[in-house]
Amino acid sequence: MDFLNALILLLNYIFVPALAYGSQLAIGAIFVTLIYGILRFANFATGDMMSFGTMIAILFTWHFQSIGLTLGFLPTALLAIPFAILIMGSYMLIIDKFVFKYYRLNKSPPVQLAMVSIGVMFVTQAVVRIIIGPSDRRFFDGEKFLIKASEFKDITGLNEGLAIKSTQVITIVVTIILVSILFWFLNKTKTGKSMRAYSDNEDLALLSGIDPKKIVIITWMIAAILATIGGVLYGLDKSFKPFTYFNNMLPIFAAAIVGGIGNPFGAFLGGYVIAFSEILLTYAYKKFFMYVLPESMEPDGLIQLLSTDYKFAVSFSILVIVLLYRPSGIFKGKIL
Amino acid sequence: MQDNILEIKNLSKYFGGLAAVSNCSLKVKQGTITGIIGPNGSGKTTLFNLISGNLKSSTGNVLFNNKDITDVPSYELFSKGLLRTFQIAHEFTNLSVLENLMMVPGNQSGEKLMNALLKPGLVAKEESQIKEKAMEVVDFLNLSHLKNELAGNLSGGQKKLLELGRTMMVDAKLVLLDEVGAGVNRTLLKDLGTAIEKLNKEKGYTFCMIEHDMDFIGRLCDPVIVMAEGSVLFEGSVEDAKKDERVIESYLGRGSKLKDD
Repeated sequence: MDFLNALILLLNYIFVPALAYGSQLAIGAIFVTLIYGILRFANFATGDMMSFGTMIAILFTWHFQSIGLTLGFLPTALLAIPFAILIMGSYMLIIDKFVFKYYRLNKSPPVQLAMVSIGVMFVTQAVVRIIIGPSDRRFFDGEKFLIKASEFKDITGLNEGLAIKSTQVITIVVTIILVSILFWFLNKTKTGKSMRAYSDNEDLALLSGIDPKKIVIITWMIAAILATIGGVLYGLDKSFKPFTYFNNMLPIFAAAIVGGIGNPFGAFLGGYVIAFSEILLTYAYKKFFMYVLPESMEPDGLIQLLSTDYKFAVSFSILVIVLLYRPSGIFKGKIL
Repeated sequence: MQDNILEIKNLSKYFGGLAAVSNCSLKVKQGTITGIIGPNGSGKTTLFNLISGNLKSSTGNVLFNNKDITDVPSYELFSKGLLRTFQIAHEFTNLSVLENLMMVPGNQSGEKLMNALLKPGLVAKEESQIKEKAMEVVDFLNLSHLKNELAGNLSGGQKKLLELGRTMMVDAKLVLLDEVGAGVNRTLLKDLGTAIEKLNKEKGYTFCMIEHDMDFIGRLCDPVIVMAEGSVLFEGSVEDAKKDERVIESYLGRGSKLKDD
């Protein structure tokens, strides 16, 4: 019984949240890695682009709620995503046309493009704050829990409850669908293959008649899809605050680099590596040990390796360790 | 009367203060296999990069079929029938040999996402035609045992073959070969030569090739153009080139003689 309780405890506080958080990071990391692999620069505006897409989705959600359009037990935001993607895509194409294109055509070094993306980051962040404000927004509606902790306890008769939030399930399901479609697209379709070819060897791709303008447009559109969906899922699961999204850039970059930057599958796994490390290292294991150890050995402290305030230190440390010892990441990506 | 498929007028390229190609003018006649030789650093590869749109020229013009193609980006030249290979072989490392070849023919229906989703039949048919073509090329180059291998795992010489294979996937008009023979073994080199001749005679490809192997040049090329210090030093038959004093001097240094076998 104690063993089962301990297991449920870990599932409830570590496994399920980490799986959901990891999915959100994974989507962001694939976004970073695609831009890096195809457009060849580190996009520091990632977090704020995700926040922009989420903001648009929230505005649509509010509009739908005001006219009484909801999805029943599902959050209304899911309905807003396609519209938000369209606007996000236009925003990215406009930014590309007026900002990134100039540097790309002049074959600027990647560092210069990265600096330019910091400029885009500030502008995007400002636009978001002007439109929706800097404060915390919750836009979740619909059924909150799939299984409540109390229900779980009643059914199983255990001391520990397992609560599964509907946003966690939505996050995981949407991620699986999105990532499967993306990998099918990149590996099986001709356009996807030309994108990989362009990322692999730009000169040769151009000589093979691959039109770079088309590749750039498709890349930004995919980026818009990833940014909006990733952002909305994170916002539904937690809450939307521009500053949090900006901060999330660190774990997202860490995930992309751990997986091998330029490699979408690596980025996908990297998301989970970072999420699990963050949560495993900041969880207080006191209750867990109370279940598994005999009473005489019960711990006094919280048995928490790191305070949750330091969760970014985890991704930062992983980032530094990977860059020092295996700069190409788990799967061989391009070396930064 | 043969037309000029390629005409270069006073082309120059400066890297900082260094003139890699300076005031270079030359003509390549339709249907020929024109060789370009010259000592290292004489601007041969830079010239190719300028023609194929990989580099922007500083001054001068490039005419292809009497149309100005100076600074036209390379992906547009591809559809006009101007192809090139690289001295250091380029390949899509993460695609298989077959996929590398199948990447080449432009304007496939499968490239349009709508077609891929709505007309899978059309796309599949086209794919299978291209695949058949790619198989022929792979067989021709003796690479069929490696067709599903990632191109990044090929040896240097095999990558060179793949480079030539790419130009065989479409109906090219002019192919620029940058040291296609370097690093390829003797037996295969003979086959390569035969392939080039065959493409030239049967399909009407015009070739312009940079080469250091004088035997290879002698067998295939007429005429040859000798470059030195970024411009044309000599133009004529291989036999004449071997006798020309200026060529001998620039290629092998003063006082030495080029072997005549």
